[in-house]
Amino acid sequence: MLSFTKIKVLLIYLILVSAIFFASLNLKYNNLIDKEVNLGLDLQGGSYILLEIDTKPLVSQKLQTKVIPLKKLLNQNEIEFKDFTVSPELISLTINKEKQNKFKNIFFKQKENKVNNFISEYNKFELDLEFSQDKAFIRFSNFGLVSLNNAALKQSIEIIRRRIDDLGTKEPTILQRGDKRILVELPGIDNPERVKELLGKTAQLTFRLVSKDDGFGSEKLILTESGEELTVNKRVVISGDNLVDAQPKFDNQSNQPIVLFTLDRLGARKFGRITTENVGRRLAIVLDNYVISAPQIREAITAGTGTISGGFSFQESTDLALLLRSGALPAPINIVEERTVGPDLGKDSIEAGIFSLIIGFTLVIIFMFIKYKIFGLVSNISLIANLLMMIGILTILEATLTLPGIAGIILTVGMAVDSNVLIYERIKEELRTEKSIIHAFDTGYNKAKITVIDANVTTLIAAVILFVFGSGPVKGFAVTLGIGIITTLFSAYFIARHLTSVIVLNDKEGKYFKL
Amino acid sequence: MNNKINFSKFFKVANIFSLLAVVISILFLFFKGLNYGVDFKGGTLLEIRIENKNIQIQDLRSSLNMPELGDVNVKQFGEAGDFLIKFEKNANENKKFIADLKNSMSKKINSAVNFRRVETVGPKVSGELLKQGITAIVLALSAMLFYIWIRFEWQFSLGAIVALLHDVVITLGIFSILSFEVNLSIVAAVLTIVGYSMNDTVVIFDRIRENLLKYSKIKTNEITDISVNETLSRTIITSLTTLLALFSIFILGGEILKGFSFAMILGVIIGTYSSIFVASPVLNYFKVTQKTLLKDDDI
Repeated sequence: MLSFTKIKVLLIYLILVSAIFFASLNLKYNNLIDKEVNLGLDLQGGSYILLEIDTKPLVSQKLQTKVIPLKKLLNQNEIEFKDFTVSPELISLTINKEKQNKFKNIFFKQKENKVNNFISEYNKFELDLEFSQDKAFIRFSNFGLVSLNNAALKQSIEIIRRRIDDLGTKEPTILQRGDKRILVELPGIDNPERVKELLGKTAQLTFRLVSKDDGFGSEKLILTESGEELTVNKRVVISGDNLVDAQPKFDNQSNQPIVLFTLDRLGARKFGRITTENVGRRLAIVLDNYVISAPQIREAITAGTGTISGGFSFQESTDLALLLRSGALPAPINIVEERTVGPDLGKDSIEAGIFSLIIGFTLVIIFMFIKYKIFGLVSNISLIANLLMMIGILTILEATLTLPGIAGIILTVGMAVDSNVLIYERIKEELRTEKSIIHAFDTGYNKAKITVIDANVTTLIAAVILFVFGSGPVKGFAVTLGIGIITTLFSAYFIARHLTSVIVLNDKEGKYFKL
Repeated sequence: MNNKINFSKFFKVANIFSLLAVVISILFLFFKGLNYGVDFKGGTLLEIRIENKNIQIQDLRSSLNMPELGDVNVKQFGEAGDFLIKFEKNANENKKFIADLKNSMSKKINSAVNFRRVETVGPKVSGELLKQGITAIVLALSAMLFYIWIRFEWQFSLGAIVALLHDVVITLGIFSILSFEVNLSIVAAVLTIVGYSMNDTVVIFDRIRENLLKYSKIKTNEITDISVNETLSRTIITSLTTLLALFSIFILGGEILKGFSFAMILGVIIGTYSSIFVASPVLNYFKVTQKTLLKDDDI
């Protein structure tokens, strides 16, 4: 175990040198390759936000859109029906038993079906139809719900990305988590409350006429500014979908912050027609079921642009413009988990972490030197090499270093000497019975090998499981622990062993063997 | 061996002691339970720094006297003016809640408040995190069991798994007795303890197996004695260096790592103890001999 070929030695130190090179990339003046260890949110400050979409309102909304085409379909095919009722998840109607089969056939027609979409991806229909006596029940099928959910999630991610990009946050992470969740990581943000508000807003914008009398087809909504209750038509004139741009501006006369919006062609035409026909009436601008403002239409607006004023602060008008630009979320979104660390705490954590790392490291090094003298020195050199290699590998992987990750490094330092201790203790035993020093070292290394591997595999198992099941900072711990085991094995069995062999082979008189 | 200690003489006493400790831990876990942090219970955790360092904890408590927060827990956290606040309310239900709370607090205690850390976990997520944590620990234990099972004979794996359970149960039991908070990082600590304790046990077991093959005439308890003694200095040195590193995190690593490093320190001490006094006696009870090993090789 003590003989090394020249190529092997070269290879060992080549690996070490390249690891040190990669580790050095984290220093400010080395920018040869653009790689660095990333700091986790707990170290650099920032927010981790887990969002969950709530598709229930979307399902009932989509079901609602089926009503008119369904009735049309029934009329076209001369299928008489009565008791047509719509609840959030279910449409029920009464159909004569003789006509039920006919209805079933047209309801499940694969081509040109305007009511029940065929999802070719799953080879299934979007809606389910069920008969019970003369009653028919229509609801979304499981596949319909899945495809609805997936589409909504995808769209939500897209819109959230737009909102965050618009905020100018540096290096945000936006990822899908499971089938209902979106993970947002925002390093170094200074106002998480504002971001949370922007992320959570559905931002469903509609323009609707204020109606004179409340009756069917209208609803009562609150005007945010004054708290006044307005009766607003349910019919939507134009919605946020027709917006192509929105910008915060100051009103020329009042100098109040306002939002200037631009409509697409279709929206502009519709807006022009409605404003022409309804001069003198009030138009309510509704955002997520609250009326922002309800100005009177003074003249026809045909240019396709308009302004929204609602007694905003400049911040509010900026945020509203941002929300309108990015579009409405297809479904309401809730924050289910949030973790925010302020930048000053992050700095304190790094300082404390690095400080305890240095102290722990120094203590271990002193201990090993006192215990094993020159071989303690060998073990210490391999420990330093180990630490540098860990940082090097973390850099190559561009891994994220978290506070528990630093703890993982310190723990590795404590445990890494184990391999060398195992080997040296073994050699000590061998030296008691073995005359030849070289032979004793050789067998020592050989016999300890299996134990060293066994011992490290167990810790590696723990690290892998932590990596799979852990989240956020804990994952960072698993990464450093796992990498630490690999570098520990390398440094004990190659670097320390080579250094030991150099000493042993050059020390003919055996003056160093007071292990 | 010159420093021979007759360990097997103490096995019985140690095992009774361990059994007692495990039973007490289970009773505590069962009746008192663990003090779960927001990760597993849901709710909100705030780490705050108050500009006015003379602030009294009771003033802070009374500033948080709002029924909607639910159960509120305030404690000093590190330096003067730094506090950790936990309450049951899930602050995410209202997106402005944290901002409002900050304003109302700084008004009531008449000093600027810096919210250095905010963690809010909804009930659904906390339930999932708890399930994940338990799954991870169970999986780690089974993976270890599997590994040791393919590496050694079944008597060894039984010894190892008994020792592991012993370590996990007592560590959690101590957390329950001291009402220390259990959060995600404690799960990480427990898993590392599992790895460490296993590591320790495997080193001794390796030696026992080696010695079993070397000496065919000696009784099992003598073999375990010899093996434990032979590996003793390694066991002590590794525990010492690991504890050096851990104590440096515990004392200097900041408040956030305190719980984690405390759990690890407990685990390393218990794990070292258990590999000598729990795992090895199991081999004695099953009278593992050279024949046990040879028989297994025939299959």
